[in-house]
Amino acid sequence: MASEVNTGFLHDKRLDSIATDILRPVGISKGFLIWMGFLTISLLGCIYAYYLQWEKGLIVTGLRDYVSWGMYIANFIFFVATSLVGMLISSVLGLIGFKWIKPIARIAEIIAVAFAAIAGLVIVSDMGRPERLPYVFMYGRIQSPILWDVTVVTTYLVLSALLYFLPLIPDLAISKGRIGHTPKWLQKTYEVLSVNWNHSPQQYKILLKSVRILLILIIPTAFAIHTVTSWLLAVTLRPGWDSTIFGPYFLTGAFVSGSAAVIIMMYFVRTNYKLDKYLTMHHFDMMGKLLVLVSLVYLYFNINEFLVPAFKLKTADAIHLHDLFVGEYAPMFWSVQLLGLIIPIILLLFRFFRKPLPMLIISIFVLVASWFKRFLIVVPAQENPFLPKQFVPHAWMVYQPTIIETAITMGTILLAVIIITVLVKLFPVIPIWEMAEEKHAGKNDEHQKSSTTSNL
Amino acid sequence: MTKNNQNSDPDKTNKALDIGNSRRAFFKNFGLIGATAAAGGAAIYSGYKYEESKPNHDFVKVLTADNRLVEVPRDQIKDIKVDLTRLQLQGREGLKGHRWVMVIDLSKCRNARKCIAACQSAHHLRPYEYHINTLIMQEAQNTPLYYMPKPCQHCDNPPCVAVCPVNATFKRQDGVVLIDNERCIGCRFCIAACPYSARMFHWEEPLMSESDKGKEYNIELNVPQKKGTISKCLFSSDRLRVGKLPYCVSACPNGVYYFGDENQDAVTNGTTKETHRLSELLRVNGGYHLMPELGTKPRVYYLPPKNRLFEFKNEGRNEL
Repeated sequence: MASEVNTGFLHDKRLDSIATDILRPVGISKGFLIWMGFLTISLLGCIYAYYLQWEKGLIVTGLRDYVSWGMYIANFIFFVATSLVGMLISSVLGLIGFKWIKPIARIAEIIAVAFAAIAGLVIVSDMGRPERLPYVFMYGRIQSPILWDVTVVTTYLVLSALLYFLPLIPDLAISKGRIGHTPKWLQKTYEVLSVNWNHSPQQYKILLKSVRILLILIIPTAFAIHTVTSWLLAVTLRPGWDSTIFGPYFLTGAFVSGSAAVIIMMYFVRTNYKLDKYLTMHHFDMMGKLLVLVSLVYLYFNINEFLVPAFKLKTADAIHLHDLFVGEYAPMFWSVQLLGLIIPIILLLFRFFRKPLPMLIISIFVLVASWFKRFLIVVPAQENPFLPKQFVPHAWMVYQPTIIETAITMGTILLAVIIITVLVKLFPVIPIWEMAEEKHAGKNDEHQKSSTTSNL
Repeated sequence: MTKNNQNSDPDKTNKALDIGNSRRAFFKNFGLIGATAAAGGAAIYSGYKYEESKPNHDFVKVLTADNRLVEVPRDQIKDIKVDLTRLQLQGREGLKGHRWVMVIDLSKCRNARKCIAACQSAHHLRPYEYHINTLIMQEAQNTPLYYMPKPCQHCDNPPCVAVCPVNATFKRQDGVVLIDNERCIGCRFCIAACPYSARMFHWEEPLMSESDKGKEYNIELNVPQKKGTISKCLFSSDRLRVGKLPYCVSACPNGVYYFGDENQDAVTNGTTKETHRLSELLRVNGGYHLMPELGTKPRVYYLPPKNRLFEFKNEGRNEL
C-alpha cells in the first residue's frame, strides 16, 4: 500500500466506470435470496443436530474415551488455518509491495473474518459443558494453551475485522450515491458505516497509517494463533503429536488451505459478478504460483514430519505411521498427500493449469484435502495410546463419526459461507478507491513517462 | 423509718408508728410471701428446666478433624449439614502431612477384577467406565503375558493438570490428583494429555444420575457424577479422610495392592492388612514406575511379575 494517496482519482471520470462495475452485483437479487434460503434451511437442520447433542451429551458423536477429540477439533484447526490467508496476502505480500494483491486483499480478509469468527463456535461445539464457557475467563489458568488460543484467536478476529472494515470506509462513501438499485435499509447501512467520510487527504493519511499498523500487528498474531493451535496437540506426550515442528508445519499448511479458499472465491466473484476486468488472468496466474510456493514449503515440512520418525521407527511412532502409510488410514492419507499436495504442485507448475477453471478444480481438491489432513493429524494419533485399549465395547476402540456430528460440522461450514455470502454480495468485494487510484496514478505515470521521453 | 423516729410526740408517733408498722409489716409480709412464692415458682420452673436440660452422662467417642479422640455427651451431638463449600474446600486442600502412595504387585494379579467392581460401585460407574482397569500386557514377543491393574498414576508432574484451562483438575498437598466436576468445562484436553489413558469422560447421563439427584457433590468421591465432565481415579480420597484404605485396595482378594504414606515409609496390603516398609518393599522386589521416561513422576509403583503363583490364563477376551 502506498504511503500517500493522491485524491485526484476522485475527479477522474474512470472512477465512475469502476464504481459501476463493482457495485452492479451489490444488493438483494433473486439468486442471493434463493442461495441464502437454501443455506438457512440447511443450517436449521444442523442446529437441530446440535440441540440433540445439547440434550443427550457428546454420546451422540462417535467420540469415546480413547479418541476423545475428533471431527470437531480437526474442523477447528481447519478453520483457524484457512483464516490465516488474510495475513499472508494483505500483510506479507502487501507490505513487500506486490501490487497485484490489491483486488484480492478484501477477498482474503473476508475469508479471514468468516473463518476466525466461526472457529470460536467450532470449539464450543466440542465442549462437554458449553454453558460453562465463561469459566475460561473466570477461572482461566494462564499456563494452559487453551487460554493462549482463546486470547490470540480473539485478537486475530478483531484485527482482521478492522483490516476488512477500515479500507472499506472510502468505498462506502463512494458508493453512497451510486446504489440506488438496492433496498433503502442497505443504503442507510452504507450511510452509517461510512462514518461521514469526505475523502479529505487528512483522512486518507490516517487510514493508511492505521492500516499499516494493523498489517504489521497481524503478522505475529497470525503466527501465534496457528502455532498455539498446533501446540494444543504438540504439548502432549502422544506419538504422532509429540513433535517439535508442529508450529511451522501447521502454519505452512494453513497457507495452502487459505490460498485455495481465496482462489475458489476469486473464481466465483469473477464469473458471477462479471468482474474479469479486475480479477484478471494475471491474478489467477500469480495466485497459482503462490499456491505452488506454499505447497512446496508444506511438502517440505511433511517430509520432515513423516520421514524422520519413519527412519527411526520408535515403537509407538511405528504403530502410528503403520496406520497412516499402509494401515486403516492409508487410503485417506495417500489421497490427501497426492490429490491435495503433490499433484496440485506438479499441475500448477504449468502455465496451462494456472487459468481460472483448472485452478478452481485444483483448489477444491486442495481445500477438501486440507480438511482431511487435519482429521489425519487429530484422530489416528489417539487411536494408538501407549497402553493397550482393552475391556471396552468395540465401538470405543475406533472412531466412527456419526451423522449428528457431521451435521454439526457442516453447520459451522454453512455459517462461514453465510458470512462470506453476505459480505461479498452486500458490499463492494473489490476495493473501488484503490482500483481507481491505481488507474489514476498509472495515467499520471504515463504522462510523466511521455513527457520525459519527449524531453529527451 | 428513721424519719418517723425523729418525731417530737412519742405517743402520737408510736400510734402512728403502730399503724404504720402494722401496715408496713403487712406489706413486708406480703412482700416476703410474694417473693417466696415467686422464688419458689422460679425455683420449681428452673428446676424443671434444669431437669430437662440436665446431661444424662451418656458419652460418645468422636474422632476430631485433627485426629484427636474425644468424648462428647450424646445429646450434645448436632448434625451439621455438610455443604458444598466445605466439601470443596477440604477436598482441594487435602490431608496435611501425608504423601499417599500405591504399590501394585504384578506377580499376584490374576485379573479377578474385584478392584474394578468395588471402584465402579463406589463411584457409580458403568461396567465399561473405568477409574481403574486391568490390562493384559506383554513387553516383547518372547516375554510372558501378565495382568496389570492401571489406576491414575497421581503423577507429581501431572500433564493433565498442566493443560487444564480452568483449574478443574488439580494436585493436592497429599499427592492426590483430583477432578472438580463443578468446574470442568468438558474440553478433554486432560484426556489428550494423559499418557496412561487414566481418564474417562461422561459422554452420556451418568449411570445413577437419577438417584443421585439432590446429593451434595463430594469432590473426594466425585459423586454425583456429571454428564459432560471428566472423571478419574481419586485414590479414594473420601476413604483416606476417615482412615480407611481405598475401595480397590480393600476389595482385592489376591493381595495385589499396598497403600500407604510415603512420609511414614509404610504401606499396608489391602488383603493381608500387613504393613511393610515402602523402601524395603521396593528394594527387595525391584519396584518401578510406568513409563518413567515421560517425566511424569507417578505416585504408583509396580513390582515386576516374577515368581508368579499361578498360570496366566488369557481367555482371549479383551473386549466387553
